[in-house]
Amino acid sequence: MSEYNELYQQVILEHNKKPRNFRVIEGANRYALGKNPLCGDQFAVYAQVDDHGVIQDISFQGMGCAISKASASLMTSNIKGKTQEEAEVIKEEFQKMVMGEFHPEQQANHLGRLTIFEGVKDYPVRVKCATLAWHTLNAALSGTQQEVTTED
Amino acid sequence: MVQLMEKCTIGLDVAKIRADFPVLDQRINGYPLVYLDNAATTQKPWPVIDRIRDFYAHEYATVRRGVYSMSARATMAYDQVREQVAGFIHAASPHEIIFTKGTTEAINLVAYSYGRPFIGAGDEIIISAIEHHANIVPWQQLCQEKGAVLKVIPANEAGELLIDEYAKLLTDNTKLVAVNYVSNSLGTINPVKTIIDMAHERGIPVLIDGAQSAPHMAVDVQALDCDFYAFSGHKIYGPTGIGVLYAKMKHLEAMVPYQCGGDMIESVTFEHTTFAKPPHKFEAGTPPIAEVIGLGAAIDYLEKLGLNNIQAYENDLLAYGTEQLQQIEGLQIIGTAKHKASVISFVFPDIHPHDVGTILDQQGIAVRAGHHCTQPVMERFHIPATTRASFSFYNTHDEIDRLVEGLRHVIAVFR
Ligand SMILES: Cc1ncc(COP(=O)(O)O)c(C=O)c1O
Repeated sequence: MSEYNELYQQVILEHNKKPRNFRVIEGANRYALGKNPLCGDQFAVYAQVDDHGVIQDISFQGMGCAISKASASLMTSNIKGKTQEEAEVIKEEFQKMVMGEFHPEQQANHLGRLTIFEGVKDYPVRVKCATLAWHTLNAALSGTQQEVTTED
Repeated sequence: MVQLMEKCTIGLDVAKIRADFPVLDQRINGYPLVYLDNAATTQKPWPVIDRIRDFYAHEYATVRRGVYSMSARATMAYDQVREQVAGFIHAASPHEIIFTKGTTEAINLVAYSYGRPFIGAGDEIIISAIEHHANIVPWQQLCQEKGAVLKVIPANEAGELLIDEYAKLLTDNTKLVAVNYVSNSLGTINPVKTIIDMAHERGIPVLIDGAQSAPHMAVDVQALDCDFYAFSGHKIYGPTGIGVLYAKMKHLEAMVPYQCGGDMIESVTFEHTTFAKPPHKFEAGTPPIAEVIGLGAAIDYLEKLGLNNIQAYENDLLAYGTEQLQQIEGLQIIGTAKHKASVISFVFPDIHPHDVGTILDQQGIAVRAGHHCTQPVMERFHIPATTRASFSFYNTHDEIDRLVEGLRHVIAVFR
């Protein structure tokens, strides 16, 4: 079996090993904790959003598998500096992509490097791993829930 | 070990056994399937599949209700399985065998029908640190409802229960002890005979969760002298939706019904109902008839192979698997009790069990990754989850070699 793996691409493995923005933002004005009760994975997402709705800073902390951690890491890299509305659009595209309902090579999109997660669509049991951080981001930005789970 | 293996190959013809399990003969993701999730559920042999098909094709009718021949015959076949189960676990009488949906329902039945009338405020129930959620939550709920107290026998680093600590937990307030025979996430075989004897010295009844012992070893409930014993059909090569609660007759007579309806009554008026005698008192409604018939076929199959042969062969798989997995760099086995069933849970320092599970699946190898419905066990070992390989008598050394090779590939991907 070759070491190339469509799901575990180099970028994903690399972000798993060295996650970006893996820290706490002291005094962040957005925060939520996301859990996957089926496997125990959990991530906290912190964000600093300014008066114009721009996400000035974003970070995460927690533990999980390579897919969930790399997804959180790439999410923070991608979202930083974008507006809340833009983040919302990307979240929608990402969630649809990993469920096989959005095809970035055929449709205009804002996903950038996040397209490396497209392989997740062939692993239905891993979709929740890939979307946990996004679920949590959504809760943090909407400010409605401090704690969410993938089963909500 | 060599001697043991030779004996096993004489005892069990594994190639022939494998031919009995059609599901094993397939490719998954391009590779021959290696099925190592037997602690979750076991595959079904032709004799079980055929028996259920034949029953539906030629013999199916309701039981205990019809006056016609077909119903009488179905009832006979159904009752015969109750006798067979009694024989399988050496119960004193088939009337002590209650059919349930599975282990979970059997334990809930005891918590409801025995727990509610006989456990009250200030009473204590003892469980262990290495239980499945099915043997934790029903007791926790009962304790909350009644103001009773749940106490937990601790385990050591190997995953063995601390019997000295157990001795200290037994008090005059203890009303029930409920422990598993074999832990599903660690493989530990608990010293249940000792646990039962210690409780009985104080007249305390003991429930044994036998979900993981039933598939691996011969059990004699009278020799153990347990008060309750529960197991699931689907973990002993039988159908889903059927399980067994064994209970001593004196308890069954004292217990209140679990569900009420048809088949569990002697007479009904709008003012009063007289309940049927055990086991029917606890079996309301039309039972899972074909599942019971399938369970009978599964027990037949196991008894033909011989539980002692099965245990010897699976012990050999456990020894070989443990030896091979230990050689993998960084791999740590969780659950290293002296007495174990053929279950190996393990972790890597920087590779999450889900990733291990997915990459093994890409190579056709089915293992469980997660907390195995034993979150307190995970907490005890300070880990979120494990990867678990659990072996059956249809598994082989070659398949363990495939697992080892698969794990080396996991490491290569993550290097
Ligand atoms: C030790 C133990 N107890 C109870 C259960 C619950 O069995 P079931 O899901 O068949 O009711 C299991 C199965 O996972 C188990 O391993």
